[in-house]
Amino acid sequence: MAQSAISVDAHHEHQHDTFKLLGFWIFLVTDCIIFACLFAVYAVLRTHTDGDLTGRELFEVKGFTAETFILLASSFTSGLASLAMHKGSKKQLLGWLAVTVLLGLSFVGLEITEFANMASEGAKITTNGFLSSFFTLVGTHGLHVSFGLIWMIGVMVQIGRHDIDSLTKEKVTIVGLYWHFLDVVWIFIFTVVYLLGVM
Amino acid sequence: MSKRFSSGRLWRVAVLAAGLLVFLSGCDRRYLIFNPSGPVAEKELHLIILSAVLCAVVVIPVLGLLIFIIYRYRDKPGNKAPYTPEWNDSKILEFVWWGVPIIIIGILGVYTAKTTYSLVRPPVEDVKPITIQVTSLDWKWLFQYPDQKIATVNYVEIPAGVPVQFHLTSDQMMNSFWVPELGGQEYTMPGMAMRLWLQADQPGTYYGSGANFTGKGFAHMKFKVVAKPQARFNHWAKQVKKTAPVLTEAKYQQLVQKGLAEKQTYSSYPEKLFLDTIDRNGGKYMKPGMKHGGHDMSMMDNDNE
Amino acid sequence: MGEKAKGFFVTGDPLIYGADVSIIITLLGILIFLTYFKKWGWLWREWLTTVDHKKIGIMYLVSSLLMLFRGGVDALLMRMQLAMPNTHFLQSQHYNEIFTTHGTIMILFMAMPFMFALFNIVIPLQIGARDVAYPFLNAMSFWLFFFGALLFNLSFVIGGSPDAGWLSYPPLSELAGSPGPGQNFYIWGIQISGIGSLATGINFLVTILKMRAPGMKLMQMPLFTWSVLSSCITIIFAFPVLTVTLALLFVDRFFGAHIFTATGGGNPMMYVNLIWMWGHPEVYIVVLPAFGIYSEIVSTFSKKKIFGYKSMVFSMMIISVLGYFTWVHHFFTMGAGADVNTFFAITTMAIGIPTGVKIFNWLFTMFRGRITMTQPMLWTLAFIPCFLVGGATGVMLAAAPADYQYHNSYFLIAHFHQTLIGGVVFGYLAGLYYWWPKMFGFKLNDRIGKWAFWTWNIGFYVCFMPQYALGFMGMTRRVYTYGWDMGWAPYNMVSTVGAFLMGIGFVFQVWQILYSIKHGERDLTGDPWNGRTLEWSILSPAPHYNFAHLPAVKSDDAWWDMKNHRYGAAVQDNIKEYTPIHMPKNSGIPFLMSACWFVAGFGLTFEWIWMGVAGLAGVGICLLARSFQRNTDYYIPVDEIKRTEASLGRVV
Repeated sequence: MAQSAISVDAHHEHQHDTFKLLGFWIFLVTDCIIFACLFAVYAVLRTHTDGDLTGRELFEVKGFTAETFILLASSFTSGLASLAMHKGSKKQLLGWLAVTVLLGLSFVGLEITEFANMASEGAKITTNGFLSSFFTLVGTHGLHVSFGLIWMIGVMVQIGRHDIDSLTKEKVTIVGLYWHFLDVVWIFIFTVVYLLGVM
Repeated sequence: MSKRFSSGRLWRVAVLAAGLLVFLSGCDRRYLIFNPSGPVAEKELHLIILSAVLCAVVVIPVLGLLIFIIYRYRDKPGNKAPYTPEWNDSKILEFVWWGVPIIIIGILGVYTAKTTYSLVRPPVEDVKPITIQVTSLDWKWLFQYPDQKIATVNYVEIPAGVPVQFHLTSDQMMNSFWVPELGGQEYTMPGMAMRLWLQADQPGTYYGSGANFTGKGFAHMKFKVVAKPQARFNHWAKQVKKTAPVLTEAKYQQLVQKGLAEKQTYSSYPEKLFLDTIDRNGGKYMKPGMKHGGHDMSMMDNDNE
Repeated sequence: MGEKAKGFFVTGDPLIYGADVSIIITLLGILIFLTYFKKWGWLWREWLTTVDHKKIGIMYLVSSLLMLFRGGVDALLMRMQLAMPNTHFLQSQHYNEIFTTHGTIMILFMAMPFMFALFNIVIPLQIGARDVAYPFLNAMSFWLFFFGALLFNLSFVIGGSPDAGWLSYPPLSELAGSPGPGQNFYIWGIQISGIGSLATGINFLVTILKMRAPGMKLMQMPLFTWSVLSSCITIIFAFPVLTVTLALLFVDRFFGAHIFTATGGGNPMMYVNLIWMWGHPEVYIVVLPAFGIYSEIVSTFSKKKIFGYKSMVFSMMIISVLGYFTWVHHFFTMGAGADVNTFFAITTMAIGIPTGVKIFNWLFTMFRGRITMTQPMLWTLAFIPCFLVGGATGVMLAAAPADYQYHNSYFLIAHFHQTLIGGVVFGYLAGLYYWWPKMFGFKLNDRIGKWAFWTWNIGFYVCFMPQYALGFMGMTRRVYTYGWDMGWAPYNMVSTVGAFLMGIGFVFQVWQILYSIKHGERDLTGDPWNGRTLEWSILSPAPHYNFAHLPAVKSDDAWWDMKNHRYGAAVQDNIKEYTPIHMPKNSGIPFLMSACWFVAGFGLTFEWIWMGVAGLAGVGICLLARSFQRNTDYYIPVDEIKRTEASLGRVV
């Protein structure tokens, strides 16, 4: 009886690690709902241009295609980082994470440029319902990416300090999950906002 | 009339109960909803009573059962009632109390659907209806008569015995247009023209109010609906046309300002005021169906002539 | 900034000056008390940094009772204004602010934290766990709620309260309709606490799924645990919608966007849809745990197994799913068309079916049982008729064409107060009386409790039954005054009397708590009610680590079966060797981070961007700091466990 109690306790502690991942998955569900609402709002308002320019006139194919490829590539490199982690190579792990961060930064940079260009053409968040919903949807994604970048850099610093251990492993897994999630969201933005917009 | 009674015993029970309710409330005129003065309010009252009766069918026995159980199974020494601490399952009982509510909801659902659909049609088919456009403002009501080309503020006259289709919109806060004795309410929403059929069977004055909060002056957004025989209504409209001032664009802008207002009448108004108000507040993005209340487009076309 | 600062402090109303003075005196009193008795360290170590679910639960409880008081005072002020026609007690503006804060506070800052208090105090004990899945996150949830509520309440004395109704429909809640900071207080107060609520939903879902005592299968969980599970699922799907909706409203107000505006291509109707997609599930979020509480209490005090356990679980799950498909019934009158209205009318009525089934199951749990009239049971028995009638009027409201006559009338007001007070508040109070000995180690006095119970109940019916009549008489909600002409006066007067009776009931309860702290019957057994579930298997109050040994569960009503030596674990418990217990360390980060949110929220409310940015930066730093922490847990040594168990009177 005593034996089983000890093993039971130990078993419970071990489980704590998987809790975080489960919790994070549920968090992603809630984030999904947030984006779903923003997409719904965009779908309602996308034609509400109040006589101003429409998506077809505003969106630049080159710009958003570049953003898409960069973000997809960063998702791929974050996958490579996780592979490197499972191989136990700290150098490769940090390297691939750094590449991911750089790609992410250039994505955010491109997005800011895109927004600035639009604003200089007079297409601001205040202009009409269409642009309000566009900037909120795409901007929320951009904020998520920026937040992810800071987070990822934080994780890199920790790996630098503590090497690959169970704690840093978990962190890389979770931040990687987050990153892939943002990629999926972007694919929807790419399709629903940009492709349907320019078509 | 015969149609209503042919729909079975339920209605008869309902009507009986209605009589009882009205009797209990002392035939009190103050209970506006129990004193329907038109076919719409009547239909709604029937549904109210039917739903109340159906609910009572469950509620009253359950209350009785509750009292019985509490009394019989109280923990008193020497209580001879059976005690079965492990008994926790009965397929038959479960079947009954899943089944009975399902049946009741089923019945109520059918009648709800019927009434819902019937209320989007004119209350009577054989009388030519009139149209009144309603705009809720802060904090007053503007009524426009597209047939007579006159307008009123904070009161509305209608011919008795004639179905009235109200087209409702708002410039801009959402309100709700409610005349309990004639029928239930419908919101006034910016950018939309909702439709509400009402009809007063008898001449009289009916209480109307805004039912959705719009800020400081909301409590004062009351209006009277005055139903008159057709001839007197026509006479009134002619009088207004002859004597009242004109509602100019500038005057309308004054009305839009936040504030209360007295009763007013106008002999004319800017031609497209109502539609412009809708379009300015987002109406141009609505599908034609939504913008004009979803039904009966032909009515709207009349307005534009 | 000077322009804005002019209206910074709310002035011109004696009520508000009174509030200013009492707030300052209370604050000074607390500061002096803490300093004089050298309690600052104690406050920080024991409460502000705690990650112990039991202490967090108590903090939730205290906050929610304070908010019940504030919301209750709001209610009494409204009832005083409405007692007579043409009263000049409150101005229109002031009345509008009060009904807005009353609704918001009662739902979001009273019901939600009260519910979370019970989650926290009961769930880990009931499933035989030592803490929740994420203790740190749990502390953060509480402090987010706390600072959100603080921000919201601050609007009373600084900047002005929100005044657009508890759900703040645009265009009224847009900048053009509500230019002051009040609406921003509303947005950020709810937003900040809402993040906490969402986190709690995730936390308890994982706790229930992953941390049950060894052996406890899902279908052996106590019904309160099931109800929390279904409530958490609902939170997870509903609260993100609230977050988005409020954020978008703020984007409109702050950046001048056109999402919900009437002009510029916005669509206010979309807000109404979104807010009710959260708002309707929200009422099920708060009522489901109450259903769980009733189930526990009915079974315990009838000394009988709960009737139709499977049916109970099934009906709760149906309610939490169906709860998402009824939101349109809040605006049948917005012209959605006959098809849509019919669909939502029927889904709404359908939700009455599983709810009705639960009532039958409670009745038949009592049937052939032995009913003892303890305080928790009294509240439960009062709930059944009250909720039954409230549910029936709900079905009546669901019939769309009938709703055209009830919508926004006092009939509706009476209905939802009957379900929310009769269902939710009665339930939480029943739970409070039931689990109070587990929290504090003594029972609440019976005699004063009965006074409170009867004044509350009689007050309730006196207050709300006349409101059904007022609805039939055409009285609409949110009017600050009315005339003599409609005949509403006598009913309103009666209703006001009832409201004050409920207020007296609350005072009795405060007295009851104070009296019982001194004279209450001590609970030395840990099982004062002859309970059936695991929380009663340990002593009251529960030790820091809850269970010295994790219990091994083999059936539902686990503790009942252990007590009756069905499988004897209870006795053997004490013979087993202790092993060191793994526990989370306290942390100040949740408090600091939530304080930073508060700063950010306050800055954004007044549109002081520097302050908003500084606050958000603080939040970011706190998050990073947490991410860099490595040693977040420790082991309680065996010696300490032995000492604790011995000091609690348990044989070691």
